[in-house]
Amino acid sequence: MTIALETKGLVKRFGGLVATDNVSFKLEQGARHALIGPNGAGKTTFINLLTGVIKPTAGQIFLEGQEITGLRPELRVQRGLARTFQINQLFPAMTPLETIGLAVSERTGGGHDWWRVTGSKREIIDEIVEIAQRFRLTDVLDERTSNLAYGKQRLLEIAVAFACKPRVLLLDEPAAGVPEAERHELLATVAALPRDVSVLLIEHDMDLVFSFADRISVMVNGALFTEGTVEQVSTDPKVRAVYLGESVDE
Amino acid sequence: MLTILFDGIAYGMLLFVLACGLAVTLGLMNFVNLAHGAFAMAGGYVTAVLMNRIGVPFLATLPLAFIVPAILGLVLERTLYKRLYSRSHLDQVLFSIGLVFMAVAAVDYSFGSQQQLIQLPTWLQGRIDILGVQVGLYRSFIIVICGALVVALQLILTKTRFGSRLRAAVDDPRVARGLGINVSLIFATTFAFGSGLAGLGGALGAEILGLDPTFPLKFMIYFLIVVTVGGTTSITGPFLASLLLGIADVAGKYYVPSVGAFVIYTLMIVVLVLRPQGLFERAR
Amino acid sequence: MSTNIADHVRATLVRRGRWGIGEILFWLIAAATLYFLPERHLILNEIVIIGLFALSLDLILGYAGIVSLGHAAFFGLGAYTAGILARDGIADPLLGLGAAAIAAALLGFVTSFLVLRGSDLTKLMVTLGVALVLGEIANQASWLTGGADGLQGIAMGPILGLFEFDIFGTTAYGYSLTVTFLLFILARRIVVSPYGLSLRSIRDNPLKARAVGIPVNRRLVAVYTLAAAYAGIAGALLAQTTQFVSLDVLAFHRSADVMLVLVIGGVGYLYGGLIGAIVFKVLQDVISAWTPQYWQFWIGLILVIIVLAGRERLTERVRVLWKGVAGRTAKSPETLPKTSAREV
Ligand SMILES: Nc1ncnc2c1ncn2[C@@H]1O[C@H](COP(=O)(O)OP(=O)(O)OP(=O)(O)O)[C@@H](O)[C@H]1O
Ligand SMILES: [Mg+2]
Repeated sequence: MTIALETKGLVKRFGGLVATDNVSFKLEQGARHALIGPNGAGKTTFINLLTGVIKPTAGQIFLEGQEITGLRPELRVQRGLARTFQINQLFPAMTPLETIGLAVSERTGGGHDWWRVTGSKREIIDEIVEIAQRFRLTDVLDERTSNLAYGKQRLLEIAVAFACKPRVLLLDEPAAGVPEAERHELLATVAALPRDVSVLLIEHDMDLVFSFADRISVMVNGALFTEGTVEQVSTDPKVRAVYLGESVDE
Repeated sequence: MLTILFDGIAYGMLLFVLACGLAVTLGLMNFVNLAHGAFAMAGGYVTAVLMNRIGVPFLATLPLAFIVPAILGLVLERTLYKRLYSRSHLDQVLFSIGLVFMAVAAVDYSFGSQQQLIQLPTWLQGRIDILGVQVGLYRSFIIVICGALVVALQLILTKTRFGSRLRAAVDDPRVARGLGINVSLIFATTFAFGSGLAGLGGALGAEILGLDPTFPLKFMIYFLIVVTVGGTTSITGPFLASLLLGIADVAGKYYVPSVGAFVIYTLMIVVLVLRPQGLFERAR
Repeated sequence: MSTNIADHVRATLVRRGRWGIGEILFWLIAAATLYFLPERHLILNEIVIIGLFALSLDLILGYAGIVSLGHAAFFGLGAYTAGILARDGIADPLLGLGAAAIAAALLGFVTSFLVLRGSDLTKLMVTLGVALVLGEIANQASWLTGGADGLQGIAMGPILGLFEFDIFGTTAYGYSLTVTFLLFILARRIVVSPYGLSLRSIRDNPLKARAVGIPVNRRLVAVYTLAAAYAGIAGALLAQTTQFVSLDVLAFHRSADVMLVLVIGGVGYLYGGLIGAIVFKVLQDVISAWTPQYWQFWIGLILVIIVLAGRERLTERVRVLWKGVAGRTAKSPETLPKTSAREV
């Protein structure tokens, strides 16, 4: 198996707090990998390090074998590393159509294009339509994003990341706050993404994690606590003690 | 040389008294109040009018130069400013520029566009020689008054209940509210107090800085430099920034009059670009 | 089904590039004033120049979200560049315009790096500082700029060697209007392009824009430079058509006024600056006739009221009105998007 994303000895300190503690992690090509851990474990911080939103105190990050540790965030995206945010980060005044169109035309190198009218290229239109259908956004394409139902906003969040044609997709609690009924559908959409996209999913809902993931990593206090298949992790008594114990019984 | 240093310190202290209210509005309410200078101007005009039209002695006008702008500040804060705390900085800037324009035109209309001259009492005029350094009496007076104010402010902030609440509110208004602190009361009080101090500064500074209707525009940049360079989380930052600015400005105008202001603006830009949090703040 | 959607998507995206009847009318009326309002050409010329200046501010404020209190720096630099060239014997207006654009663009490019980082307040201060520094330089370098006396002895040649400037301002107005119109077309094109879309996304949420792979800083540098060039051209037009430049072109109130003009007309739809300029000048005319000295008071009051009444809401209303007029030709079977798209 090739490795899509790898970190070596990644450390992030916020003053005295070690938010990421010497994390060496591998995400395999095509994986459906879940990252779990109690609140404040450092999962979002880890994603922020991977995507370059914040700079690591120490350690290295590799995307498909190439080091990207010092690379600017937008260049990482261009190399195929996309993410969603735990708290919606959207463009409130734009429509889903514009948002997806933006991501697609940016990826295809149209972002510098200041003379052509947006939407005059056939391939771009087709791709927008394909993504909108995949994420069930066709009926709200022209709504103002800030007026969308929360579930739709979460879908749009993933759709935009997917529009960047990532090799690795990092999803930070995509289903958080989404009504119970819609969660499985949302995760099913993610699970149905092409297999050449490797996915790292952060999620608190264990049902979702177990149905989605083929591997699970557990993070506690910034450090990787354990890692294994769904089977191994769900039956690991240590994991139950620090984490699952409380969560599963809810 | 030492005289210039001395004048610079007096000037700097004056700037601090003028600008510290702004530091608080900015740090506490995150409000960009470009109209701060208008309150200073109000104080200056209170003193000028009382002295020149009614003949009140200089010292006796000072309390009123504090109180009038403070009340003005309180009223405006309660009626207008508080609606804008949650707005964008652009809105705040537009609003306060609007206020400045109104204040400038209104003062021009009421008192004319000429410089207001203030006749200092004789015991404050002239210079004396201390250890070979020529020292202006009025400037010494300013240093004493402003120095006392700085010490008083520092004591209020660190030693009183109000001070600790204020600091809590600056740190995190939401948490402070959760602790049962009446943040909006603190806002109003500090705003009024800051405006009053500005007014006092305006009155004290009328002699040195000059006083005409364009005062708020002319000194806006100085106040802004003090707070942006000094930072807004403590009172020492703006204080040091004021002193630096005061000394640099006086020295600059004396030694290199042709590039004086130029240097200050350039330095300000450099500081802002390198240390957006302010010169004396630990980078976060 | 999916071709239907594709058609819809294309129509929606492309529609924004199309000119509405209201827009065409707007420019037709502007052109008509060249013939029908000859006695007003001097003031119309001023309106157009202010409108162009405000348009350039709209590019950075309305489309990229950069607040500036020192936009006059570019306006003033353009004015002085064109003025000095003309004084020193290079009388061709277009040459002067080009030089002014380049000078302002250079300054814009260099200073853009200063406004990339930091909060709104830092940006305000830095832009203000740049304008102050420039004003100070212009004041001190009186051998070059005439200092406080202003730059005198500007003599312009005919435009393209054909049109001499006249005392009624007709040539001047025609010239300014043409230049502004051409620049407007360019700006309009830009804001509906993918590049323009990326600017809007940066304004709305820079963090997300980066996460979509947009090189945020480069885009901002580019638009800041462009806007500076626009402002420089506006300044040059003023210098050439009034044949005088004073320190006033760099003054703080210039930066504040242009902000007011844009705010009156509405931020973020390109026509805001032009409409704002008309309203501003008309107001100024009316109020000055009534109380000439205290005009500033009323400006201030208007600003305060606009802000208190909710600038965004007012702008939204103007924009909706404008769309009502402008969008009439866009025969769209679909319902209009609820976002009144930021551009027309
Ligand atoms: N910018 C920052 N500055 C200081 N501390 C931070 C910063 N970002 C995160 N932290 C701290 O780092 C720790 C890890 O936070 P993080 O958001 O990564 O946790 P998480 O695992 O994503 O939690 P949750 O499940 O609640 O989303 C927390 O203690 C948090 O307070
Ligand atoms: Mg998190």
